[in-house]
Amino acid sequence: MKSATTTINAAPPRVLPWGRWGLRATAALYLGVMIALPLAAIIANGLHDGLRAFWNDLSSPAAFAALKLTITMAIIVTLINAVMGTLTAYVIVRYRFYGRGLLNGLIDMPFAIPTLVTGVMLAALYGPQRTLGAWLKAHGIEVIFATPGIVLALLVITYPFIIRAVQPVLIEAERSEEEAAYTIGASKWTTFLRVVFPTIAPAVVSGSLLCFARALGEFGSIVVVAGNIPGRTLTAPVYVYGQIESHNERAASAMSLVLLALSFALIVGVEWLQSRKRRGNVASDPE
Amino acid sequence: MSQAILNEPVATSRTPSRKRAVGARLVEWALIAIVLLYAAGLLVAPLVAIVYGALVEGGGAFVRQITSADALSALKLTLIMAVGATLINTLFGLCIAWVLARDDFWGKRVLNGLVDMPFAVSPVIAGFMLILLFGRNGWLTALTDALGIKVVFALPGILIATIFISIPFVIREVVPVLSQANRDQENAARTMGASPWQTFRHVTLPAIRWGLLYGVSLTFARAVGEIGAVLVVSGGVSRLTETATLFIFRSLDDRNTVGANAMAVVLAVVSFMILMVIEFFKRRAEKNYSANVTASTLE
Repeated sequence: MKSATTTINAAPPRVLPWGRWGLRATAALYLGVMIALPLAAIIANGLHDGLRAFWNDLSSPAAFAALKLTITMAIIVTLINAVMGTLTAYVIVRYRFYGRGLLNGLIDMPFAIPTLVTGVMLAALYGPQRTLGAWLKAHGIEVIFATPGIVLALLVITYPFIIRAVQPVLIEAERSEEEAAYTIGASKWTTFLRVVFPTIAPAVVSGSLLCFARALGEFGSIVVVAGNIPGRTLTAPVYVYGQIESHNERAASAMSLVLLALSFALIVGVEWLQSRKRRGNVASDPE
Repeated sequence: MSQAILNEPVATSRTPSRKRAVGARLVEWALIAIVLLYAAGLLVAPLVAIVYGALVEGGGAFVRQITSADALSALKLTLIMAVGATLINTLFGLCIAWVLARDDFWGKRVLNGLVDMPFAVSPVIAGFMLILLFGRNGWLTALTDALGIKVVFALPGILIATIFISIPFVIREVVPVLSQANRDQENAARTMGASPWQTFRHVTLPAIRWGLLYGVSLTFARAVGEIGAVLVVSGGVSRLTETATLFIFRSLDDRNTVGANAMAVVLAVVSFMILMVIEFFKRRAEKNYSANVTASTLE
């Protein structure tokens, strides 16, 4: 309270030291107990019997196939949604049309609807006995209990990520450059490739990384639509679930560690991209 | 500010030639059509299918499934767990967000990185971590046994799992608004003799409220919908520890499609309502945010 007598312009009294330290300690303790401790437990458990055991658990045919399937599916889905997400963001930001607001709100749906419900919905639409599913099956296309089902579920779940990364950048982007290019005589496509895309590319990449990380870990929707046949439609998270259920904790830990390492690397990548962007903004700022 | 850009008419190009303008229009329509079709196929069609499915099986069966004792107790448990997790994560989230936005100390970057981990960890793995901590031979089992608390395969485990997966939302929404909130008013309040708590309660909190509520609604939505972590921790099929999503999971296992669909419809409707709340808060938060940014650039 001693600084209460100073002028208004002076620095205000600081938060009492114990208050500041109390907040710091609460934050550190909460994150430490809730997040760091569980992470430490899984790392310790996975490496408990040494690297050789860890490797043996991972190189079993079922584990290897699950990992390969998960990564393949994640890559396919990320590529599709990188294109469709960027296009959606572009259309929402640059065009005016009936239903635009509705579309913009609808895109957040996968954030709100439980993933398990998404799975049940897809099964209701594409299940072999259902209308569309029966028709597709008659034409030799199986969706549910096959890999197309996994792709569909992941497409729904990850749809918002790239859109929500690209949208703010597109809104901020200078329209004048685009219009200049267009009036000089560049086609829409050339303008997009040469002017728009370079601006939004970092956002597309960081959105794609988030989308990929999310696809790697997805469980709720996949467990319903995939059929979970080992070696064919069993993804890595579902494999982990199976190993936990059969009390094979070490194999579960080994696979968990691989998934954790992958997602961790992706998150670090996103952080790095974003911090680079921030620095870039500061550097290009004339002031 | 962004609003001005949004409202700007689109076809401002100085129409180099009429033919080209027509071409551009066609491209525009085609792109809009592609996006609408994609979004409808991905998001709307499954929704329609499940509602149609629930009605086709007969309204009676639907109502019977949803009003069964199991379904009602599952819905009740989901509500309790979601509210509990949201409260705890809001309280601690505010504290952590304040520390990340306003404080500076050694190790802050580590804390900042830890916050994002629940987004990176598959929910199944999150549940598995809790088994390793609280299950047989777990790191903390001796402690919880001594306290007489059963965590894994019981309600505390479900609560902790729900908390874990929904930690980041409040923090990630509040940190940006807290860092750019106008500090002058806070400083003024403090110099006039308000306690730190009074300042927070009457100055800071009103300034960040929309961002906070947006984060809270996201937390709640995530908590209601969690399956992977809760499934692992609840140990499957005890009806005492069954949330709404676990009810769906068990119904699918029992080949009770009507039950699974009925509960899925209920959760979908609930999520839709939460989504509308989310969108409302988000809009308010963005409006506030851009207003503040404009104000601070004008200064």
